[in-house]
Order: sequence, then C-alpha cells, then structure tokens
Amino acid sequence: MPSVLGDYAPVLVFGAISVVIAAAMLGMALVCGQQKPYPEKVTAYECGFEAFDDARRRFDVRFYLVAILFIIFDLEVAFLFPWAVSLSRIGLFGFLSMLGFLSVLGIGFLYEWRKGALDWD
Amino acid sequence: MAQFFYHTLAGQIILMLLETLAVLVPLLIGVAYLTLMERKVMAAMQRRRGPNVNGPFGLLQAFADAIKMIMKETVIPAGANRALFLFAPFLTFSLAMLAWAVIPTGNGLAVADINVGILYLLAISSLGVYGILIAGWASNSKYAFLGGLRSAAQMVSYEVSIGLVIVSVLLAVGSLNLNDIVLAQRHVWFCLPMFPMFIVFFISALAETNRAPFDLPEGESELVAGFFVEYSSLAFGLFFLGEYANMILMSGMISILFLGGWLPPLGLAPFTWIPGPLWLIFKILFCLFVFIWIRATFPRFRYDQLMRLGWKVFLPLSLVWMIATAGFLMATGLLPQVGGVN
Repeated sequence: MPSVLGDYAPVLVFGAISVVIAAAMLGMALVCGQQKPYPEKVTAYECGFEAFDDARRRFDVRFYLVAILFIIFDLEVAFLFPWAVSLSRIGLFGFLSMLGFLSVLGIGFLYEWRKGALDWD
Repeated sequence: MAQFFYHTLAGQIILMLLETLAVLVPLLIGVAYLTLMERKVMAAMQRRRGPNVNGPFGLLQAFADAIKMIMKETVIPAGANRALFLFAPFLTFSLAMLAWAVIPTGNGLAVADINVGILYLLAISSLGVYGILIAGWASNSKYAFLGGLRSAAQMVSYEVSIGLVIVSVLLAVGSLNLNDIVLAQRHVWFCLPMFPMFIVFFISALAETNRAPFDLPEGESELVAGFFVEYSSLAFGLFFLGEYANMILMSGMISILFLGGWLPPLGLAPFTWIPGPLWLIFKILFCLFVFIWIRATFPRFRYDQLMRLGWKVFLPLSLVWMIATAGFLMATGLLPQVGGVN
C-alpha cells in the first residue's frame, strides 16, 4: 500500500463511520417519530404571523465584503503555513520575502480600515 | 492473529474500524454528558440544582433527552429545499466527528497520525460553515436566513485570527504534525511564552463554536434560534450534538496547541503515573468548564462589537505577534531545525 494512502486510510474509515452514524440518527428519527404534517405546521416560523414573502431576498452587502476579506486573509494564512515550518531552511531571505508580502497585504488592510469596510454601525 | 491484523487488508480495515470506534464512542458519550455538565455547572453558578430527577444526580438526563428527540416529528417546512434541509445537520454532525480522526491522545496514539494534522483540522473546521449556511438557506425562513448569514460571517472572521495564531505556534514547532506540536512542549507549554495568543485563540474558539458571549447567530431574544429555527427532532439534535462535539474539539485543539496535549504539567513522579490520555481529558474538561463559566458570566456581544473585535483587534494583534515571533526566533537562532530531503 502506498504510504499516502496508508496514512489517510483511517481518515476514510473514520469518515465512513461518522456518515453512517449521522444517517442512522436522522433515519431513526424519521422512522420512530410520528409524521403528521398539515399546512399550518409546515409554514415558515414568523412569530405567529403568516409568512409575508419568500425569505430569499436581498441582504446587506457587508456580509459579502466580509467574505471577500476572508478569502484574502485565509489565502495569506495558507501561504504562511509552509513558510512557518520551513523558516529555518529558507533563512533571512525567506523571512524578508514574507515580510515584503505581508507589508503589501498590510497596506491593503489599512486601506480597507480607513475606507470603513470593517465598520458595522 | 497478529498476522491477520497487520498483514492483510481486511485485518487492517477491521483494526481501523475498532480504532475509530474507540475514539467515537467515548466522544459521543462525552457529548451527551457535556450537555448535562453544562446544565449542572450553570445551575450551580445560579444557585439552582439543575436536572436531578432522572437517575442519581440526573445522570440519565442525557438519555432521556435523546429518547425524547428520537420520538419527535421531523417537521420539514413547505418552502424548504427538502434534500438540503436534511443534508445540513448531517454535514455539520459528520464534520464534527471527522475532525477527531487526527487528534493524538497519547504519544503517537491517533487514529490517523498524518503529517499535516493541524492543516487537516483547520480545513475540517472551516467546512463547518457550510452546514450552517446551507441550513439557513434551505429553511426558507427569515430568522434562519439571517442567523445563517450572521453565523457564517462570524465564523470566517474569527477563523483568520485562529489561522494566524496556529502559524505562530508552528513557527516554534517546525512541523504540521499534531504529535510533534505536543512533543515540542516538553519543556514549557506554549500557553506561557505565547500567553496573548493563547487568550486570542481561546476567545476565537468561543466565537467559532457560536458560544456565549458570541452566540449572536442563535440569539434567542432577537432571532429565536438563528439558523436552526425550523429544525425539530434529531435533525435539530444533530446540530446540537455537532455544536457540542465542536466545543470538545476546540478544547482539544487548545489543549494540544497551548496546554501540552497529553503531557503532564511536570515530568516528575506523581504526575507521570497518570497516563497521557487522562491528562488530555483533564485539560479538555478544564477548557470546557471555562467555556461554561464564561457563558454563565458574560452578557451577549453586539454584532458590530463582535466584528470590530475580530477584524480590528485580533487580526492585527495576531499578525504582529506572528511576525514578532518569527523575528525573535530568527534573531536568537532558536528556530527549530527542520529535517527532510534537501
């Protein structure tokens, strides 16, 4: 067995068992519980009102901004992982390169901050 | 017998199954009793008794709750996407279980001792956002939708600082393997030299698991229950169990990254008599107790305060600390030497 597969085979088995347990629990509830739906019961909950309209409507653009910011910083973290574990081998040059990269990112971050992209008021 | 287990494919698979069950069964029992522990500890802090009817000290309460949940009707709202609606709790729960595959409970004692363990944990815990977002979307209810959006934004915000904190730990370890991370703390646990990062990680862990004081996504007083408002029966139960399994997982990550994992506090005689897995369990229990303690103590954050804390305080702080750690280790020549092929 190749070593990569050997390392990850337990993860696969683990995943299979978790999926089976989750499916069994969902199935058990569907089988054991009485299912008696009627129109009032299956309407969306709105504090006793009839639902006004569909819930899939426009939402605040700031959630989208947060998602964009997250992508930038999470990619950065993904770059930092291999850098962090190999810093002793890439030495000062590697350190300064990452410093350059982070300062570019830092300037962008400051710009967002000053622009108010991080404010929720 | 050993021949069968170690040298045939079927034997190895059976061995893996047994190892998996050896982790998952205690975990599921732990999750069930964590709900009881939370109620008991909160009750004690509020001078109440907590559940005390079912069994001695209410110890059978967890099973009573489970049976109640199984017998309930699974209500699927008319406007919901049925498949996605049922898939969301399923995903949340399976991911919360799946992350446990790499947690080492003793020296080399992990179901899967993979060399990028911490990256795997980060990836799996990031996927947790999907379950919540899918639940909020598929329910087709305004409360669920808003709760799902809030929760997703909150989780991704704090994930960035969690990532940066992990990187500063990795700088001092020089390996992505969880076993190596624990072994690097033989002399001093990372919670001492990296105390600010320990605090940042702890608070981010609270935000990641949607715990008080960051439980805005399910803020009862405004969003009823947030993204799982439409769920009932075990579909709700799976979210609930997944959330508590994630709490235990986050406590496990805190223990492994900062509290020395399975290592005893001192390498001296009375401490070394207690086996490693027990030490890990003690540390996880300690973190969980603090989680509950915080819930009983602090009022809920406002959403703008939450976002400000994540983006304007934790992100710059952890970024600067990470660079400072790298600079310090470079300057003093304390960087861990990484072996491997050249």
